[in-house]
Amino acid sequence: MALLSFERKYRVRGGTLVGGDLFDFWVGPFYVGFFGVTSAFFAVLGTALIVYGAALGPTWNIWKINISPPDVAYGLSIAPFHEGGLWQGITVCALGAFVSWALREVEISRKLGIGLHVPFAFGVAIFAYFTLQVIRPVLLGAWGNAFPYGIFSHLEWVSNTGYKYLNFHYNPAHMVAVSFFFATTFALSLHGGLILSAANPAKGETMKTPEHEDTFFRDIMGYSVGTLGIHRVGLFLALSAGFWSAVCIVISGPVWSLGWPEWWNWWRNLPIWAQ
Amino acid sequence: MASYQNIFTQVQVRGPAELGVALPKGDQPRDNVVGFNRLLGFLGNAQIGPIHLGLTGIASLIAGFIAFEIIGLNMWASVGWDPVQFIRQLPWLSLQPPGPEYGLQILPPLEAGGWWLMAGFFLTTSVLLWCVRTYRRAKALGMGTHVAWAFAAAIWLYLVLGFIRPVLMGSWSEAVPFGIFPHLDWVGSFSIRYGNLFYDPFHCLSIAFLYGSTLLFAMHAATVLAITRYGGDRELEQISDRGTAFERGALFWRWTMGFNATAESIHRWAWWFAVLTPLTGGIGILLTGTVVDDWHAWAVVHHYAFTE
Repeated sequence: MALLSFERKYRVRGGTLVGGDLFDFWVGPFYVGFFGVTSAFFAVLGTALIVYGAALGPTWNIWKINISPPDVAYGLSIAPFHEGGLWQGITVCALGAFVSWALREVEISRKLGIGLHVPFAFGVAIFAYFTLQVIRPVLLGAWGNAFPYGIFSHLEWVSNTGYKYLNFHYNPAHMVAVSFFFATTFALSLHGGLILSAANPAKGETMKTPEHEDTFFRDIMGYSVGTLGIHRVGLFLALSAGFWSAVCIVISGPVWSLGWPEWWNWWRNLPIWAQ
Repeated sequence: MASYQNIFTQVQVRGPAELGVALPKGDQPRDNVVGFNRLLGFLGNAQIGPIHLGLTGIASLIAGFIAFEIIGLNMWASVGWDPVQFIRQLPWLSLQPPGPEYGLQILPPLEAGGWWLMAGFFLTTSVLLWCVRTYRRAKALGMGTHVAWAFAAAIWLYLVLGFIRPVLMGSWSEAVPFGIFPHLDWVGSFSIRYGNLFYDPFHCLSIAFLYGSTLLFAMHAATVLAITRYGGDRELEQISDRGTAFERGALFWRWTMGFNATAESIHRWAWWFAVLTPLTGGIGILLTGTVVDDWHAWAVVHHYAFTE
């Protein structure tokens, strides 16, 4: 039985964006909806293309399977199927599936009468993917600038793309993005730890309250952002990490094509230093 | 269509300051300095303070200050005490560990890495004391010690980089320098020297947990904000007495991906993802150079790297 004890009363009609009642049903625990159908369509087709691409390739080693984008010689045209067209099809399916999934989340949020924060947050992740695979390749004039699909092949792409700019750590937007990733993880450990420590107190103690949460953080560092505030902070940090990741890659090439360490010369050459 | 999304606090209510739950007998009192900030109030609590610094807190701040001063003054000295050049070159300035010729010598000459060792000692003292402090404050309030252990996981990575691995390699010169660009240079050359850290499986795990933590926090924070209209931000109440807020939050994920956490279990996911980031990262660094000299070659042997 896929229903939770309290679930039945929430399974009501309505909230759909498209299709009215036509797809307004569940399969097991999953809500379907119009966008569930399109999600499944793109996900199944995309996965099939990946498996087909793997079958064409030299290996079934899961770490080494690789499906590359078209050679840069093809520019922004549609490449022959076996020379990157496959990659293009997979990318279209991925974007179709991601966007469908986000819209399906909107329908579920509406059905449950809750805010739209989750689909919005997912939208930022889709934006980062879109930036990597579409915006930057288009700005650079060739699909060959996008990353390949494969576990270690995409890591090689990250590595090679980074060294193209000598030391990617000097990319200012990369600095901001990494700082946000670290800050998010740091904040998550504090939030998770705080809730667990209040809900699972020392032996013999009763469960603690939000007053204890605030007191603990005020005692430690003089400020507690509070039970509501921490979730605003967390969402801001996490989305900033994704947003600045997109910025740091889209400026590499289209805006700055030299080594990133050189970029910082503007600071050393400011007129204010003249003596 | 437009509906309330609770992005910021629209009406701020200001009562008397909350001075915190009672402290155990014999504990030092709090420094009851309390202020309010309206800007902070848009985001979360407007109240700043009180704070309980105590012995470990003050000792930690002093040790941290000493480390900060050693690093800063050494950087300033490196530009001949020129204040303009200090600001101009600040991101490039560094305090370097001793050279390889000094091995693990406890006190090499100050200007040849001795200052680096001192700064590292005081910084380590500072973070350890702060960790002890989070443990003791939790105990004083009768709470669990999860925050202190999470902090310890971060300290593990810090100690691997600056102490444990250099000791295993037999030289302080293996450690990370202090400085903004210099520590980035260290990261870059470390990866190149050991055959690309992307092939270090523990580096892979650490990155996966780092991105996973960010994904989890986005999912969790967004879910809670979406259900604040039903009181979802009161998570402890939702843990002990589940209400419609977390029922909706749980069903959102169940209907979306077929699986859901609970008000309590999502924080266990969160804690483990965050803690495993530095834990696996530290293992990855510790193995590099001590057990594995070339991660790419190692990956080729283990059939997950491309041979070129």
